[in-house]
Amino acid sequence: MARPGTAAQPLRAAIVGAGPTGYYAAEHLFRSSGLVVEVDMFDRLPTPYGLVRAGVAPDHQKIKSVTAAFDRIAATPGFRFFGGVELGKHLSVEDLRRHYHQILYATGAQTDRRMGIPGEDLLGSHPATEFVAWYNGHPDYRDCQFDVACERAAVVGVGNVAVDVARILCRTADELAKTDIADYALEALAASRVKEVVLLGRRGPAQAAFTNPEIKELGELADADVATLPEEVELDPLSRAALERRPDRATQKKVEILASYARRPPSGKSRRLVVRFLVSPVELRGDPTGRLTSIRLVRNRLVATDMGALQPKPTERFEDLSVGLVFRSVGYRGVPLPGVPFHDAWAVILNDKGRVLDPDTRKPLTGEYTAGWIKRGPTGVIGTNKPDAGETVACMAEDVAAGQTLAPSEPSAGAAENLVRLRQPKFISYPDWLRLDELEVARGRATGRPRIKLTRVEEMLAALGR
Amino acid sequence: MNIASVLASKGVRVVTIGPDASIRQALALLAEHNIGAVVVVDAGSRPVGILSERDIVRAASRDEGVFGLRVTAIMTHQVILGSPSDDLASVGSTMVERRIRHLPVVDSGKLVGIVSIGDIVKAQRDHYQGELDTLQVQILATEPPKGAPAH
Repeated sequence: MARPGTAAQPLRAAIVGAGPTGYYAAEHLFRSSGLVVEVDMFDRLPTPYGLVRAGVAPDHQKIKSVTAAFDRIAATPGFRFFGGVELGKHLSVEDLRRHYHQILYATGAQTDRRMGIPGEDLLGSHPATEFVAWYNGHPDYRDCQFDVACERAAVVGVGNVAVDVARILCRTADELAKTDIADYALEALAASRVKEVVLLGRRGPAQAAFTNPEIKELGELADADVATLPEEVELDPLSRAALERRPDRATQKKVEILASYARRPPSGKSRRLVVRFLVSPVELRGDPTGRLTSIRLVRNRLVATDMGALQPKPTERFEDLSVGLVFRSVGYRGVPLPGVPFHDAWAVILNDKGRVLDPDTRKPLTGEYTAGWIKRGPTGVIGTNKPDAGETVACMAEDVAAGQTLAPSEPSAGAAENLVRLRQPKFISYPDWLRLDELEVARGRATGRPRIKLTRVEEMLAALGR
Repeated sequence: MNIASVLASKGVRVVTIGPDASIRQALALLAEHNIGAVVVVDAGSRPVGILSERDIVRAASRDEGVFGLRVTAIMTHQVILGSPSDDLASVGSTMVERRIRHLPVVDSGKLVGIVSIGDIVKAQRDHYQGELDTLQVQILATEPPKGAPAH
């Protein structure tokens, strides 16, 4: 059989997941020299962009501007989008094998890691990812409820997601109204009675995952004072020694900013955002109706591992904090795809530089690849997925050259589209999406907002006259 | 970023050898897998040492009969182990400071992978490249995401 990748028989690649990684992979594929490529990108949501639409905070529009680059990639001849088409529901891996030479899984990390402590499922305790998806208008989460009538909320974790959640809870209605936050979330948060938001980090300020722009932004909120506790932002001897051995300006700056927040007198703003360090939640407690009332924290100290990494170790000192809301933000977690091998402990698709491995033989499976968070775990910024997808696509090109691809019985764009039409007649194409996009932007223009999102699948279909 | 994210896309194949195998066998493994070190494990798959190219070179310069020696005779016994939750920056600098090129990674006593200094450098390079790309996009974005033309 002739090798695919020619004008007569283009290389047909299916990309599952329309987040940043999917786009970067498509871009790398189109740029593979000497290969004629057709890319079909699938997403279970009708809308593309993955976490750029559903994860990046609505008050961070500049980060969302990366979608312009994604649209340019999508404009490449040979690119198609099938939104609202889910692997395992509308199409199986077997279906893809019949229509594509190569399959790339780029489904990211769709859920959160649990804390594994008692009381985690009390009413009022939520994964931060749910709240994030809710305020960003994700159709699966738009009907979630969050009790913002309480006085204090805790966010477990000090990564950028935790900071997003805390910041959104502290924004005024006016600040939020300038963003593309979902309408229902704007309404709910405008009525919020939350007066204090506490971020909880298990290690010290030098180990916190949030970046400096994020932490600086917390000091510039319109109606919330930021605070840290002097004894918690003072560097412990181990962190100080580590910084002296390997001076790192970003970390030094981070520690400085956090220390300056401890010295700031309250300015009388109506909300307070407290960033705590060296504490871990050990239990959530509730009232007899099962509603969260408080969180029990243990104080930690830092110990060094063999490799010099600083890890928290609990002490015997506890503290109780009354809270009505807890958001856990201790990391995203990938979920298995039906018919695709999954490594449960690391929550990734086991792979070798992006080639999916057979879990038993540990040998690559022909024609199956992975990239992004489901390949390496949830680390890095949006752009980190570009070199990551590049590594995978290099393997894909190598395998095409070696004749190691799937041998689909119907390797044509028409056959694939017919199958999708049969299984999911209500799929959304890229031109459809661009119309929805214009519509959302137009809806926002009237009120000076970047866009007003459509948050129900039926709404989107109706807007397209379907 | 931690070690787990490096291991995930390395295929978790760790080439191991028993302490009583010969250096000849060890060399065959190094050549076959194109690697610079093998982890030496006991009967219970627990790491008891590491044998690197350096160990073999050092032994060969002293003893031309090196091929017939047992692994345990020349391996590095004081093996330094990493954990999947160790952060990349600490691991990277510790490896440089202590001149370690290969770090076996254990999770609850079980050997789950090995990372080389090259893996760490690559992960850090990709990380910085990603930050750079993202920052560029943000700096160059003067308009709100969907201004006018694009489509």
